[in-house]
Amino acid sequence: MTTIKILGTGCPTCRRLLDDVQKLVINNNWMANVEYITELPAIMAYGVMSTPALVINDKVVSVGHPGVPKVARLIKDAIEP
Amino acid sequence: MENIIKDTKDTIKPRPSSEWRSFALVAGLVVIWLGLYNLIQPFANWLAYDLLAQPEGSHLGESLAFFFYDVPKIILLLGGMIFLITLVRSFFTSEQTRAWLGGKREGVGNTLAALLGVVTPFCSCSAVPLFIGFVESGIPLGVTFSFLTATPVVNEVALVMLFGLFGWKIAGLYLITGLIIAIISGIIIGRLKLERYVEDFVWQIKVGQVAIDQEKPTWTNRFKTAWESTKEIVGKVWLYVIVGIAIGAGIHGYIPEDAMAHILGRNAWWSVPAGVLLGLPLYSNAAGVIPVVQALMEKGAALGTVLAFMMSVVGLSLPEMVILRRVLKPKLIGIFIAILTIAIILTGYLFNLII
Repeated sequence: MTTIKILGTGCPTCRRLLDDVQKLVINNNWMANVEYITELPAIMAYGVMSTPALVINDKVVSVGHPGVPKVARLIKDAIEP
Repeated sequence: MENIIKDTKDTIKPRPSSEWRSFALVAGLVVIWLGLYNLIQPFANWLAYDLLAQPEGSHLGESLAFFFYDVPKIILLLGGMIFLITLVRSFFTSEQTRAWLGGKREGVGNTLAALLGVVTPFCSCSAVPLFIGFVESGIPLGVTFSFLTATPVVNEVALVMLFGLFGWKIAGLYLITGLIIAIISGIIIGRLKLERYVEDFVWQIKVGQVAIDQEKPTWTNRFKTAWESTKEIVGKVWLYVIVGIAIGAGIHGYIPEDAMAHILGRNAWWSVPAGVLLGLPLYSNAAGVIPVVQALMEKGAALGTVLAFMMSVVGLSLPEMVILRRVLKPKLIGIFIAILTIAIILTGYLFNLII
């Protein structure tokens, strides 16, 4: 099971990323757990300073919203090696 | 895991030809942009005086010509310049900025922080993680505040609109005074030793190693990101711009010359603080406020008063203070607002004195 975390402080872009990731996972039937992390200590533990950040299997793969196609590629790469 | 990431990196490396295509596309857009920009004036005159048949020099005719000229001009300028600004910003990241600011002394650190505050891409929703990241890595509080002040005070939309409506001199003046205010308020906050007014949990957070496996963006990526941000920013402000210019156009055509000299002229000493206080709650309307202010200046309002008002609209934003409240105790927020307010008021008086 792949875990996908979206680190965000509740800004509009963060919620958009969360939405897009959830849609991608459902539409593609990916086996993945999507979590939205808003607690600051947890966010900071990943060392990011800009939100949102996308974390797949505990690895930060992008900051900001890189666009749906790239998000899809990042998740796909982790799920289907 | 490592291998997978390496593999994708190699496969997605774009061929140079796609880079050239992107450059050609952007060059084409620049040419179209320049063409449109030069068509605005004749188009506005034709629309107001010929199509709508308003006599030149009449109140309505003047207002309409002003409106039809300024709206496309400002929207085009916003589009073009914000694209350029975000393109420049794609070379900077918050993580890199933090590394540059580490171990810098007071003064040098504040100046560098203010300059980086202008070029680092940053949305106010990242203010909190950024703040924690900065203080945790040992960047002094004052230097962090110089960064946090410069970012909103020297706001790209305000800068472009000042350039479009007032010309490069006033836009430049605004940029430089904004930087100076950020440097000085940061130094003052640093000197006041306010670390105890940062929420205690901030000092306990352990910041992890930055381990972002970001591939180096290609030009195609940079253009794409800049295009997306431009769409987002212009999409957010265009309505304010139109409403602001409509009000400005009304003032331009109907309010007599020098009507504002009494209220907003340089001799009305109270107008600078009044303008700053009025600007405090007006954050989201920065784009709409500048055209109105420009029309008022034409009617006799003083430059210092106008600049102070705009800085307070743009720089002292209530939403950002609310966000920063998560990491700062109310007292520090109060001190920060007070220092900024005083600095902006003094700037207003200074400009009214010397210009």
